Amino acid sequence: MTTTRTNGPAERAQPGLTRQLLKRFVHHRIALTSLIVLATLMMVCFAAAWIAPYPRGQQDLLTGPSNPSQMHWLGTDELGRDFLSEILYAGQISLAIGLAVAVLSTVVGTVLGAVAGYVGGWLGELIMRVTDLFLVVPAIALLAVILEGLGPSPVTIVLALAALGWTYMARVVRAEVLSLRERDFVHAARGIGASDTRIILSHLLPNLAGVIAVGTSLAVASAIIAESTLSFLGFGVQSPQSSWGTMLNQAAGYVGTSQVYLLYFPGLAILVTVLCVNFIGDGLRDALDPQRTNL
Amino acid sequence: MTGAEVLLEVEDLSISFPTDEGLARAVQGVSFVLRAGETMGLVGESGSGKSMTAMAIMGLLPTSAVVEGSVRLRGRELLGLSESRYREIRGSDIAVVFQDALTALNPVMTVGDQLAEAVRVHRPDTTAAQRRARAVELLDIVGIPSPHERVNRFPHEFSGGMRQRVMIATSIANEPDLLIADEPTTALDVTVQAQILEVLREVQTRTGTTVLLITHDLGVVAGVADRVVVMYAGGVVEAADIEPLFYDTAHPYTAGLLASLPRLDRRSRDQRLYQIPGQPPAATNWPQGCRFAPRCAHVRHGLCDEDVPPPVEVGRGHTAHCARVDVWRTEVE
Amino acid sequence: MSTSLSVSHLVKEYRVGGGLFGRNAEVVRAVSDVSFTVEGGDTFGLVGESGCGKSSLGRSVAQLQTSDSGSIELGGDDVSGLSGKALRAWRRRVQFVFQDPYSALNPRRTVRATLAEPLAIHRLHQGAEDQRVAELLEQVGLNPQHASRFPHQFSGGQRQRIGIARALAVEPEVIVLDEPVSALDVSVQAGVLNLLDDLQRDLGLTYLFIAHDLSVVRYLSDRVGVMYLGKLVEEAPVDDLFERALHPYTQALLSAIPVPDPRVERARKRIVLAGDPPNPADPPSGCRFRTRCWKATDRCATEEPVLTEHDGGRRVACHYPDERAVTSKEPA
Repeated sequence: MTTTRTNGPAERAQPGLTRQLLKRFVHHRIALTSLIVLATLMMVCFAAAWIAPYPRGQQDLLTGPSNPSQMHWLGTDELGRDFLSEILYAGQISLAIGLAVAVLSTVVGTVLGAVAGYVGGWLGELIMRVTDLFLVVPAIALLAVILEGLGPSPVTIVLALAALGWTYMARVVRAEVLSLRERDFVHAARGIGASDTRIILSHLLPNLAGVIAVGTSLAVASAIIAESTLSFLGFGVQSPQSSWGTMLNQAAGYVGTSQVYLLYFPGLAILVTVLCVNFIGDGLRDALDPQRTNL
Repeated sequence: MTGAEVLLEVEDLSISFPTDEGLARAVQGVSFVLRAGETMGLVGESGSGKSMTAMAIMGLLPTSAVVEGSVRLRGRELLGLSESRYREIRGSDIAVVFQDALTALNPVMTVGDQLAEAVRVHRPDTTAAQRRARAVELLDIVGIPSPHERVNRFPHEFSGGMRQRVMIATSIANEPDLLIADEPTTALDVTVQAQILEVLREVQTRTGTTVLLITHDLGVVAGVADRVVVMYAGGVVEAADIEPLFYDTAHPYTAGLLASLPRLDRRSRDQRLYQIPGQPPAATNWPQGCRFAPRCAHVRHGLCDEDVPPPVEVGRGHTAHCARVDVWRTEVE
Repeated sequence: MSTSLSVSHLVKEYRVGGGLFGRNAEVVRAVSDVSFTVEGGDTFGLVGESGCGKSSLGRSVAQLQTSDSGSIELGGDDVSGLSGKALRAWRRRVQFVFQDPYSALNPRRTVRATLAEPLAIHRLHQGAEDQRVAELLEQVGLNPQHASRFPHQFSGGQRQRIGIARALAVEPEVIVLDEPVSALDVSVQAGVLNLLDDLQRDLGLTYLFIAHDLSVVRYLSDRVGVMYLGKLVEEAPVDDLFERALHPYTQALLSAIPVPDPRVERARKRIVLAGDPPNPADPPSGCRFRTRCWKATDRCATEEPVLTEHDGGRRVACHYPDERAVTSKEPA
């Protein structure tokens, strides 16, 4: 009954796909470093309540603005608040908003993109035309108007940014789904009687993981920049809360003075975060490069 | 064919690549001789190293490749030549026809312009009119109807078979001594394949070009080759003139390959097809000794898995790389 | 008891190009009124070159795409036009094996998951899935202990075997194989062909075997059909087709196939077709092959030849059929 047994695959058993990807990511040193830096930054910011040298918002009007010193590693602002502590607390807002927007826009974008790609038809067209619309409208202007209307708070900011941010993910996911849909293994799944739901969940989603991972990391970066821009322009986070963007806004007047560091440090924080996120995205993209994976 | 001048001599060619998993060896110790006017078939399956060998001859290997040995065209060493020297040779002394003609042709240039360009590169002293005339002549040689009219057309206006003919025309534009055809018909329909092989035959008759045909198809080789070199896992296993290779096969791999082919002229399910057990070794993990030994039905441990067998002469111009070449054919399967 | 497969007047069209709302699109009849029957337990080889419609026909039979008209019968049951639950039940009876072993398996799922999926969908072997998966792997000549591996850890030939195992999982009656060995190395093809042969014998399967490599088709088929530009031009028992082909296209096709035997090759009389295959969106009037046929007359341009019966269970669509041997040493 049985036919000749062929030999098994190569002698050295290869690790599973995920382990291969992780291994490759780890090899990408810049991405790995960025991941460590970003993780450290996030930990430090969110643990601010415990590790910040000074309580939040504690003013010391006698000291006023001062340069970095041993007592105040990053100096103090015009109200005598310890800058390092301010940056850490503000970082919570900036990072939280960035992450929340990324997650929300990814989920919405993935769902809509998958539907547009798999089902297609008039629904798919409609979704795509909506994404086109968002491309045309100047984002910051639209956001400013929305936030003025809703009243700016971290929650409304997250909602507004996500409402614009899902379009990128939707386009990317739709494109990927369109190509995956034509792969033989999807036809095969249909051939054995799989329902559309099963196909989307078991066959498409796992193969979208790569695209989603990269897209999410990019979404984080653009969300942080967007929030910072909005806050810098005054439409975003409002006092008494502060984000790195609002700190930039407050420090704008100090250009050319000796307190220009008030501008540098929040700017640096934004820069480092966004760079790290981008490098992580690069690392993920390289790790998932189909040419190197034995797909 | 013996007695004709030696055109190309490959001696002890080795090609390897550094990879994440260590050194990947594509070709090891390959040697063969190509005589002027011959059509030689370089036969092997994927991973045999046949395409790499052709790339080495053309100087088209990636820079990361580690190449050793010697490749001599009319006695002149090719390996190690600078890129600019190679450019002089490519197109005028050696030309290549690839598998995929569509991507090899420039979609925004007419066919005539591309042919003229091929001429101009090596013969800048020709006039535009001369090159134009040559373009029409070339299209005619490769059998494209109405060449005067077709010379002004773009590649996408030709069918797959016609495009392949244009590729061949481009490659013979400067009357190369050696034409390397790398799987020229694999992507084509079988009736078109027959046409293209006809064209190659015609070209060879009219221009006397020597042809190195790289393929996995022993049927194609049976029809057009004078001599065959069979490669497996980066090495030559057998080299012979056409009839001895098929009727007096000396290497177990070649024999296994021939026995595994379903034949057009045999009644259905007459005989069960022979299966060569196992698979070729990975490029990073070659076994010691004869690389076919793990799959060979006639292997003798201690003999076959120690050293790579050197070529043994079994007939005139017929060599096989097998330590048991005299004995294995008498063994019953 | 093996199941027969019967295709009647099958038509499949595609719209190509077209403007804003699909107006002015060209209609390509990939499959144009094709009918044939495969006896239970037999292999029907369907051959033709690119653009002939054989793959499209195969997909229609396996219901991977809808056909525009015509019917498909399995053992006498009309299965065309089914949907929903009936369609799903029917999918157990006909399965499809794909050409490309590299894209036919989900790269992110283990072999076990891929083979267990059809069992889950059709609620087969519930509670004993692992056992059934192991059984299937053994049946196709693979090591059951490798079930937890991923597709990329297998060679092309092994992946193709996994694809075959997946098709077998639902215990089908008919399997449509679309170029199952074309993407494999020559020395691996033999193994898969032998496997297919064994499985057919052991399980009583009926095969629709689609290929462009006639040597492979000859090895495995009982009857063979030749397609050209969407039409079935000749159909005959295998040895009759290969040794006594009636249609000029079949003869040209056979003449073009190389045989790995130098003496036979060099003694053959070759028929080399002139010209290119015509545009499928705009086929020639009358007989579609007439633009490349050496026997074409005016009649061929005005009157489309119909498939007519000849002795020995052969059918051919030609106004001037005549027997010719093009595979052996002697020219006719």
